[in-house]
This record gives sequence, C-alpha cells and structure tokens, in this order.
Amino acid sequence: MDVMAGKVKMTQMSANSAMNPTDMLQRPIRLHAKDVTVSYGAKQALHGISIDIPDRAVTSFIGPSGCGKSTFLRCINRMNDTIEGAKVGGLIELDGENIYDPALDVVELRARIGMVFQKPNPFPKSIYENVAYGPKIHGLVKSKTDTDEIVVSSLRKAGLFEEVKDRLNEPGTGLSGGQQQRLCIARAIAVGPEVILMDEPCSALDPIATAIIEELIDELRENYTIVIVTHSMQQAARVSQKTAFFHLGNLIEEGVTEDIFTNPVNKQTQDYIMGRIG
Amino acid sequence: MTDMLAATAIKPTNERTQRIRASLRRRHTGEAIFRGLGLAAIILALGFVVLLFTDIIRKGAPAFIQSNVHLSINFDPAIITTGPAPVRAAGQSDAEFNGANVKWQRDLALLNWNKVIEASLRAAAPAGYDISGKDILSIAETDARHQVREAFAANPALLGQTTKIDVLASANTNNWIKGNIDRSLPDAQQQLSPQARGLIDQLVASGGISSGFAWTILTNVDSRAAPAASGLLGAFFGTLYMMIIVILLAVPIGVASAIYLEEFAPKSRLTDFIEVNINNLAAVPSIVFGLLGAAVFINYLGLPISAPLVGGLVLTLMTLPTIIIATRGALLAVSPALRQAALGMGASKTQMVFHHVLPVTLPSILTATIIGVAHAMGETAPLLLIGMKAFVAAVPASPLDQATALPVQIYLWQGNENRNFFEGHTSAAIMVLLAFMILLNGTAVLLRSRLEKRA
Repeated sequence: MDVMAGKVKMTQMSANSAMNPTDMLQRPIRLHAKDVTVSYGAKQALHGISIDIPDRAVTSFIGPSGCGKSTFLRCINRMNDTIEGAKVGGLIELDGENIYDPALDVVELRARIGMVFQKPNPFPKSIYENVAYGPKIHGLVKSKTDTDEIVVSSLRKAGLFEEVKDRLNEPGTGLSGGQQQRLCIARAIAVGPEVILMDEPCSALDPIATAIIEELIDELRENYTIVIVTHSMQQAARVSQKTAFFHLGNLIEEGVTEDIFTNPVNKQTQDYIMGRIG
Repeated sequence: MTDMLAATAIKPTNERTQRIRASLRRRHTGEAIFRGLGLAAIILALGFVVLLFTDIIRKGAPAFIQSNVHLSINFDPAIITTGPAPVRAAGQSDAEFNGANVKWQRDLALLNWNKVIEASLRAAAPAGYDISGKDILSIAETDARHQVREAFAANPALLGQTTKIDVLASANTNNWIKGNIDRSLPDAQQQLSPQARGLIDQLVASGGISSGFAWTILTNVDSRAAPAASGLLGAFFGTLYMMIIVILLAVPIGVASAIYLEEFAPKSRLTDFIEVNINNLAAVPSIVFGLLGAAVFINYLGLPISAPLVGGLVLTLMTLPTIIIATRGALLAVSPALRQAALGMGASKTQMVFHHVLPVTLPSILTATIIGVAHAMGETAPLLLIGMKAFVAAVPASPLDQATALPVQIYLWQGNENRNFFEGHTSAAIMVLLAFMILLNGTAVLLRSRLEKRA
C-alpha cells in the first residue's frame, strides 16, 4: 500500500466513523464510572472520574502525558490491581455490575474486557498458540477443531489471517510490529470479550501499520465496545465517536468526538486541541 | 578507525574543534588502556587454567597406564590339596551338597596361593636367579592370590594344569618401571630389594611384564592392601547417589521457593527477613553445613554415618540458596510486558507463572541449577564431618550404605603414604572428577542453547 492510498482510505474512514451525534448518544451505556480515584502511595493519580461509555462505539481518551488516561483505562479491567501500592476508589459498572465487587473474579472480568497494550507483546510462542491461549484457559474450546475454528476466525477478524495462514506455527514474535499488534488484537478477540481496551495501540507503529490498525478498529466497533487511549488527536478524531479529554488526573471534558474537536466548551480542551498544552 | 577519521577529518578551524579533538584523544587512550587490561586479565586467567590442566594431566595420565605381570600358573596338586570340587552324589540333599561346596570354597581360601604365584614367578625368572620368596612376591600386587584362587574356583578342572593369568604388578613395581622413584638411590632408600629390581628389569625386557590401560582405576574400589588395584568405582557411586539426591531435593524445593517468594509472597517484613537470610545462607562456609548435617541428620535423626543420603542432604542445604537466588534473578528479569499480556488475557497468577514466565526463564534456571549441582559435586569439607572420609572398599548398594565421594577420594589418596604411586592416582581422580564436571557443564550449555532456540 503506498502512502497516497493510505491517506485516501483514512479520509474515507473518518467520514464513515462520523456517526450521527444523536444516534451515538442514544446508544445503551455499557460501562459506567462514577467518582473513580486512583492513588499510588501518597500520590493521587486520578481525582474522581465519572464517565459513561456507550455500547459498540469507539471512545477515545486524549490528553497530555501523565494526565491519567492510561491509569483510568487500566482501572476498567483491574490491571491496576497488579501494581504494588495502587489504590482504586469509586465505582465502575459493566452492564450495571460493580467490577470492584469482592465477589467478582478478576479472571472472569478480564475474559469480558480484553486489553491491547502500547507495545505489541505477543507471547513467545507460535502464532496459533498466541490466539488459542485465551480460549484454552477459559475453557471455551473442547476440541482441536473448535480451537482451529476460533484461531482462524479471530485472525480473520483482526485482518491478519491472509498474511500468516502459511506460518501459523512460527513464533508470533517473528512478525513485524504492526502484525504483532494485530496478533494481540486477534488474541484479545479470541476470548469473545464485550469490551476491548487499547492503550496507545499504535504508538510503536509506523504510519502504514497505524492506518491498518485504525481501519481494523473501525470494523471492530460493529461488534465490540472499544475504549482507546491515544496521544494522537488525529487518531482520536479518525476512529472514535466519543472523546474524553483528561488533564492532570481530571476528566476535563467529554462528548461526541465531532463536538469536542470542532466546538470544545472548556478552555483547557481548546488549548490542548490547538496545541497550546501537551 | 583512526586512519579513517584522519582521512575524512576537517581541518581544525577554531578552538572548539581543537578541544573536541583533544578530548577525543583522551577518550581513545582510555578505551585502549581498558581493552588492554581486559585482554591481559583474560590471558592471565587462561594461562592459569592451561597450567592447572597441563599439570594435572601430566601427573595423572601415567596413572592410567598399569604394569601387568603375565604369569604361567601351574595349579600344582602338591600345593592345592583340597582335591577336586565336590560333585553331587546320588541321593544327596540340597543342604548337604551346599555344605560340601562351602567347605570346599573355605578350604580353597585357606590355601597359600602365594606359593603358586612364587613358583610361577621363579619359573619366569632366569634359571638359578637368587631371590628370596618375600622379594619375588613383592613384584606382583598382593591381590594376585585372590585372582588366581578365583580362576581356579571357576574352573577346578585346571588342577595339575598350567594356564596363563595376568596379574597386576605391585605399586612399587609400577614406581620402579615408570621411574617414579630415583633409580640411583641407595638400596636402603629403595622400596624394592636389589634382586627384585633386577628381576623386574629382566621381566620387562623379556615381555613377562608389560603395560596396558589401567581399567582397574575405573572398575575397582579403593584398596589399601593392594594399592595398584585401587580404583574410583566406590567413590563414583557415592558421588552419583549424592547428586541424585541433590537434584531430586534441591531443584524442586529451590525453584518452588524462588517462585513463591518472587511471584506470590506478599511483600512484608517477614519476606524481607527471609530474603536476607537466604542471601546470607549462600555465604555460609560449607564446613558449617557439614557440622549441621552431623548434628541434625546423624545425631538427632539417627541417619547412618558415612552415608551418601546424609551427604546428599547436606549438599542440598548448601545448594538451595544458590538455586533460589539464581531462579529469583531469572524471574525478576522477565519483562513486565509478558506478565501484563498474560494477566490481560485473563490468566490467573499461577497460569501466568507456569504458562509464560517459567518457560522463558527455564534456560537460566537450568544453567544455574547445573552449576549449583556441579559445585556441590566438588564439595569436600562438609563430607569430612559426616564421616564420608572413611576408607570404604565396597560399592555402596544404596544411599544408606557407607561410601565416600570423588573429591574425598582425592583427599584420601593425596594423603596416602606411598606418595610415589598415589600422586599419579590423585591426579587421575582429579581428571575423572573434572571430566564429570565438564560433562555436567556441557549439558547445561547444550540444554540452554536448545531451549533458547525453541523459545
């Protein structure tokens, strides 16, 4: 794909993803957060974040480095639990169910809320095993045929199957950066999550790989609720329907992406979008 | 490199460039000095290794060559007065026959087989050679009589016949032939009488004594009565049992504790305390572990003294900290991205450790383990304190039998009175121990490269 073609595609895509604002706001709420706070030891990283995340749409979190957007993202599948000294307060509900309920098994939660990380991190195993791992540990497959089916369909959904179909047994770490990230997406999809969290999924990729991933995100929102953290405002504008702007641990402004970028209410949002802070 | 720089160098135009050039020169000199020192250190270290190996091989290689005396043994009925082996008579019960057989064997053992050997040696000597019975017998090793008796017991039909039997030359004969003893020393300082020395030289010239590979050093157990027949087999099995015990105990316990401490244990004062103590334990002198083993395993638990089981337990305690520290280091080095990937997929902590972290760290853990085990194998001091320096002339049938170990055998042989002979044996034992270690370390390297390729 040459750069020109990529550019054309991107513009088309952003036209597609510009959903009717009222339509977007009428979508059912999948995730509901109220007064979420996070502190690492004495340092408070998030000060009471409240936001609703709509079903089967892309919600993007933007903001300068250290603003807490990744921290909030990691609250949604409780990855902050794994960080020593992190304390989470407030309420996050998935379909009305409190995900911090002590009775809830975090393993089950993470099967429902998948995650794609900043740096592609496939397991040092074969491409096949990378995708098959999730369904296997969650007991979703009974036979080899089931597994084969899930691996193929997940790789297809991630747009990677045609590129790797002849080398499914080769290590996933041998793929290019963009392919590795799509493998990670396929791996997340294989478990059949309802929500996919993406933490700056394209920051380690070149523009062409980025374009492919963005296109993929746009396709995936048909079936999944996607939350994406990004440094690139262009990316947020291209792929998301809802945007939230974070600054210094606060949620400054949230709304329909088009509105945020064309008509921000808050001065800080305006400054950031105009490139005055960041 | 400097030539290239010079060729493409821009003419210094101002002071700034000059300064950079000057600092560059300083940096290059610094680097050159460091490289030189590093190279010198490596050459020095290699030099010592080469020196060590040449010295050991130079001293040890002759011990693998053994002088054999070729005897024509005549089973003279005048000496062998026990008569033929008992034959089972009609109507004789099992007990009666066995009784007769045992009596016959005992009678054989009571015979003076040295007379047979002496006669054979005299027959090999030139006619009329004047030598006393004691002197002529000093040529062959003292275990020759057992060898001859066993040959007869196995084939009693040899009575009255002559057959060829090779026996080991004595340690002193070996010393004389190999030149381990100065031939110009006066008789009083020689180990063998002048007559015996003269006969040995004649037998060597006539082919009655020749050299061959000393399999006995690998296939025999230790011996004091017959030094030339002494071997490493008993010590080898002692070491083998201990290594099996160390591998079976230290590896699973060590790796499991490391995994628990690193991955599951809550960070608290208690775990900090445990960590500090493990690190301290690695620095405890090995002889202290020997004392501990004597006090706990032998005195308190009543395990047998000199047993490889106790040795293995002591070495396990000694190896544990090494394995724990190495394994924790390897676990700590695993990238957080891999852990996050597993957890993000909904793997439980145990699944994360066993499916992802452990396979990646396996090569390092394996190497650390094998090096720890090899280290334990060469350990002598703790074994001395639990009685494994006893003279044991048998292959231990189980880890509960008395035994010694390869490094202890080296220590024992090193202190033997017959220095001329046992210096070679000591070095030969070191060669066997080193070969064993090189084998272990080679396995570690091989496994590591295999596993890394697979990962």
